Amino acid sequence: MGLLIATVYLTTLSGAFFAFTDWSGVGSFNFIGLDNFRNIFQRTELLSSLANTLIFAFGFLVISNVLGLAFALALNRNLKTRYLLRTLLFMPVVLAPISVSYVWGFIFAFDGPLNQLLGSLGLTSLQHQWLAEPLLARGSILTVMIWQNIGFVMVVYLAGLATVPIEIEEAAALDGATRWQRLRLVVLPTIRPAVGIATTLTLIQGLRVFDQVMALTGGGPAGATETLATQVYKQTFAFGKFGFGAALALLLSLLILAFSVLQQLATRERA
Amino acid sequence: MFRYTKRTLLLEIVVVLAALALLMPFWILVTTSLKPGEEILTSAAIAPPKSPTLENFQTLLSPSSTASGQILNGLLSSLIITAGSIAGLVGLGSITAYVLIRSTSRWSRRAFYLFLVAIVLPTQLGVLPLYVGAQQVGLVGSRIGMILIYWGVLLPLAVFLYAGFFRELPRDYEESAMLDGASPFQVFTKVVFPLMGPATGTVAILAGLIVWNDFFTPLIFLNGSDAQTLPVVMYNFVGSLVSQWNLIFAVVLISMVPILIFYVFAQKKFIQGFSGGIKS
Repeated sequence: MGLLIATVYLTTLSGAFFAFTDWSGVGSFNFIGLDNFRNIFQRTELLSSLANTLIFAFGFLVISNVLGLAFALALNRNLKTRYLLRTLLFMPVVLAPISVSYVWGFIFAFDGPLNQLLGSLGLTSLQHQWLAEPLLARGSILTVMIWQNIGFVMVVYLAGLATVPIEIEEAAALDGATRWQRLRLVVLPTIRPAVGIATTLTLIQGLRVFDQVMALTGGGPAGATETLATQVYKQTFAFGKFGFGAALALLLSLLILAFSVLQQLATRERA
Repeated sequence: MFRYTKRTLLLEIVVVLAALALLMPFWILVTTSLKPGEEILTSAAIAPPKSPTLENFQTLLSPSSTASGQILNGLLSSLIITAGSIAGLVGLGSITAYVLIRSTSRWSRRAFYLFLVAIVLPTQLGVLPLYVGAQQVGLVGSRIGMILIYWGVLLPLAVFLYAGFFRELPRDYEESAMLDGASPFQVFTKVVFPLMGPATGTVAILAGLIVWNDFFTPLIFLNGSDAQTLPVVMYNFVGSLVSQWNLIFAVVLISMVPILIFYVFAQKKFIQGFSGGIKS
């Protein structure tokens, strides 16, 4: 109990407190009010890392949930290979994001498999420096995040799909409902709790993205893939601006809290 | 009603192909780590190695290389920190959750909510003051320090998972053990805890994965010290190897092997652990 209060509550509170100071991590500090936050919103590179964080989080949320749900629906009942495929697709989930990122770093390398594939298909015009062009670098990081999490989202949805009574689906099918109608009118309303859990967890995970950026681009090219989490780390530990880093961390925390609450409200069962 | 038709077969083929495409990175990882350096430059990345060699692993792990000390030390650190974290979280988490669930007093309910809120509280904010605090008491760069930090940070999750199971546990066992003269502590260690196998498995798997794969926390607390865990060793190592992908992949594979072996044997538990941990 004391451990919990010391490591979670006290540190969080003092973290929030330091966000309003100019502390460098050692020695004395001044209370400077909202200066850190004013500073954040005046510096374009920090605003763009805020924007990147949101882009990553929402791209990750939407695409990984769509793909995870698609695989869950496909592997829910009929396929003969469903147990094997579930096991294989879940495998990336247990690996360290940083290791996975290095594997993809090779895939995106200029002489790597992706460009080799495009070359052998005669599509040399599509070959790119995937991690060196701002837009593509963002897409590449997003790809790695999504790739690693399809299996996780799939398992959450499979757990939800297990609660859908097959009789109701059959009855709907007999009444002439198409696949799409069955999904929209029967399945999705039943698995609403699973949707809530999967979307909340992916959103939080997306907002906190750190490992993939550090391993693949280090925040480059020219800050195009910098996120709030990487900025917290850099400002605090590389530049020694403890108070400023704390302000960024507070901003990130507030984002996470606000979005989780919104998410809960949006996916809560309607009474 | 939903029978296996030609359309199902078509779907099956499409899904299998999609899964194979998704698993491609694993193939690339393994084959590349088995190729000598020159072959990486000359052959296609997805071509199988012409003559598979363990040369890359030998280069890294042979006692004469400087890398071997770092890698083995990282492996040892990861193992100690993960095992220590799991042991503490199982011990502390189960007792705390048991007391909070079985006690009917008002404070225990409030304390439980305190734990629940701590799960959603973002960790980024707490990490900075935690670093300063740990530095003052000399716990930065130490394995014990890391274990203590993980205990604190992951305890809410462990308590939450255990609490879900304790709620379902009928009191009959405890009452009959009590009648036979067991002390409350004996009731817990001899009767309740052994019944908690599935919960302990879930806590151990989830906490173990989080700790083993974590990069952010050990980067802050252990970077540059002798206690660095594998992800941090790997991060520093890859920075020093410019595009020697066969060597990089050998390090990556070494760091993945323990968890992959574990996954192959316990994959059912893994998947149940995740969906079970989520449902409750």
